[in-house]
Amino acid sequence: MATVAAVQVPVTKRTPTGDIVARWVAFAFAASVLLLALLLVHELWVRSAEPRHKFGWAFLTSTKWNPVTEEFGALPFIYGTLVTSFVAMLISVPLGLGSAIFLAELAPPKISNALTFLIELLAAIPSVIYGLIAVFTLVPLMRTTVEPFLNDNFGFLPLFKGTPFGLDYLSASMVLSVMTIPFVISVSRESLLAVPREQREAALALGATRWESTWQVVVPYAKLGILGSVFLGLARALGETMAVTMVVGNDPSIHTSLLAPGYSIAAVIANEFSEATGKIYPAALVELGLVLFCLTIVINALARLMILATTSKGSKRA
Amino acid sequence: MNARLIWRKSVNMLMLTLTGVFTVLTISILFLILGRLIYNGASSLDWSFFTQLPLASGETGGGMANAILGSFEIVGLAAAMGIPVGFVAGIYLSEYEDKRFAPAVRFVADLLNGMPSIVVGLLAWSLIVVPMKGFSALAGSVALAVMLIPIVTRQTEQFLREVPRALREGALALGASKWRMIVTVAVPAGSKGILTGMILGVARISGEAAPLLFTALNNQFWSTGIAQPTASLPVMIYTHALSPYDDWHRQAWAAGLVLIGFVLLANISARLVLARGISVPRG
Repeated sequence: MATVAAVQVPVTKRTPTGDIVARWVAFAFAASVLLLALLLVHELWVRSAEPRHKFGWAFLTSTKWNPVTEEFGALPFIYGTLVTSFVAMLISVPLGLGSAIFLAELAPPKISNALTFLIELLAAIPSVIYGLIAVFTLVPLMRTTVEPFLNDNFGFLPLFKGTPFGLDYLSASMVLSVMTIPFVISVSRESLLAVPREQREAALALGATRWESTWQVVVPYAKLGILGSVFLGLARALGETMAVTMVVGNDPSIHTSLLAPGYSIAAVIANEFSEATGKIYPAALVELGLVLFCLTIVINALARLMILATTSKGSKRA
Repeated sequence: MNARLIWRKSVNMLMLTLTGVFTVLTISILFLILGRLIYNGASSLDWSFFTQLPLASGETGGGMANAILGSFEIVGLAAAMGIPVGFVAGIYLSEYEDKRFAPAVRFVADLLNGMPSIVVGLLAWSLIVVPMKGFSALAGSVALAVMLIPIVTRQTEQFLREVPRALREGALALGASKWRMIVTVAVPAGSKGILTGMILGVARISGEAAPLLFTALNNQFWSTGIAQPTASLPVMIYTHALSPYDDWHRQAWAAGLVLIGFVLLANISARLVLARGISVPRG
C-alpha cells in the first residue's frame, strides 16, 4: 500500500513557485535585449518619417546637402563612409591576417597570449583618443610627407590628384585601419586555432613547408571565420565616429581623389546633430543614422553567421 | 637541392618572417600611441586640471574637474542601469536551456554589440532628450547603458557556461531549487569571469564620446543634476583637440592621458582577476 501512496504523490514533477517566478523574471530581462533592438529600429524609423516621405529613395542618390534650403541627399556621406572603410580594410586585412597567422601558427602559446593581450589593449583605446593622436601626429605627417610623396609619384592616378591637406579620406582610412586590425586579428586567430591539428600534420607529412601548410591548408580551412573577422572589422569601420570626424575634413561632396576632404555618415551626425534646428534637418540626420544602421546590421549579421559556422566546426587546439 | 626546393624554402622563410614583422608593426602602434600620450600628457597634467573648471575660450589655465566628475556620474548611472539587466539576461541565456528564444537573443545581443555608438546615441536622444526637451546626463547614461547591456549579457553567459555541470547537478541533487542553485552555486563559481566582463564593459563605455555629443552634450560649469547637460572627459577631448588654442590642446592631451590611464587600469586589472581562473568554491 505504501508504494501506491508514493506513486500518487509525484513530488519530483512539481516545480516550486520560486523557480517559476525566477524563470520568468530572467526571461523578461533577456527579452529586454530584443526589445531594445526593436525600439532602436522603431525610433529611427519614426523620427525620420518626414525626409523619408519628402525625398523617398532619392535621399540615397542625391548629392546635395544644404540645410539652409532644406535639401538633403545622403550620397556624399555614404560614399565617404564606404571609401574610407574600404581603403582601411585594404591595409588592415593583410596586416591583421599576417599577425593572426604568426600568433596562431608560429608563436609559442605564452608569447602568443601576451601579444594577443596587447592587441586587445589596442582595441580598448577609445575612439576619441585615436582621433586626438591622429590630429596631432598623423595629419601633419600625411600633409608634409606621405601625401606629397603619393602626389609626386602617383599623381597621374585620379586617386592621388590635388593638393594634400592632411584632413582627407586617406588620413581617415589610415586611422580606421589601425582601429580595425585588432578585430581582424582576434577573430582570425581564433578561427586558425580552431583548425584541427591533423590538417597541419597531414600537410607537413606530405612534405609541405610550414608556410605551404599554413597558406594552402590551414587558412582555407578557416576561411569562413577569417572572412567573418574582415566583415566584423568592416562593420566597425563603417560606424566609427570620433576618429573619422576629427580627420576626414568634413566636406559634404564627392571626390575621386583620396587626398581630398570628405565626410562620413557617422561624422556628419556627430558634427551637426546637436545644432540641427527646424524639423526636417534633425530628421534627415536620423535618416542617415537609419542608413548607417542598415549598412552595419547587414555586414555584422554576415560576420556573425560566418564566425558561428567556423567556431562550431573544428576542435580547439589551445 | 634543386631550384624548386630552394624557391619553396625561401618563400617559406620570407612569408614566415613577414608575419612576424606584421605582428611587431601592429604592436608597435600600441606603444607609439601610449608613448605619445604619456609624453604629451604628462607634461600637460597639473593639479588644476583635476580641481578647476574650464576657463573661457582661449584663456590659459583652468582644468576639467567638472568633466571628470561628469564622466563618473554618467558612466556610474549607465552601469547601475545596464549591469543588472545584462547580468540577469546572461543568466537566462546560460541557465535556462531555451532552444528557440535564447539563440535569437544571443544573435541580437551580438548585433547590438556591433552597433555604431552614434546610432545608439540617436536612440537615447529620441527616448530621453526629445520628451524631456533638453540635453541631460540621464540621456547620456541611457545611451551608454544600451551599449553596456549586450556586452554584460554575453560575458555573463560565456563565463557561466564555463562553470562545470557537476557543480550544478550537485546542488540540485541536494534538493536546492533551480534559482537557489543559480544564486548560491553557479553565479559565485563564475563570478570572477562575470566581474571581468563587467569591468571591461564599463571601461569600454567610459571612453565613448559619440553617443554623448547630443545626449549629455557638454558643460563649461558644474552640472546641477542628472537632468542637466553634463561635461564628460571624452567629449572634452574632442572639443579641445579641435579648438584653435594651444592651451586647450595641452588640456586635451592631459585628458587623454587620464582617460587612457583609467581604461588601461581597468583592462589590466580585469586581466589579473581573470588570470586566477574560474573560482570554484572549495572546502
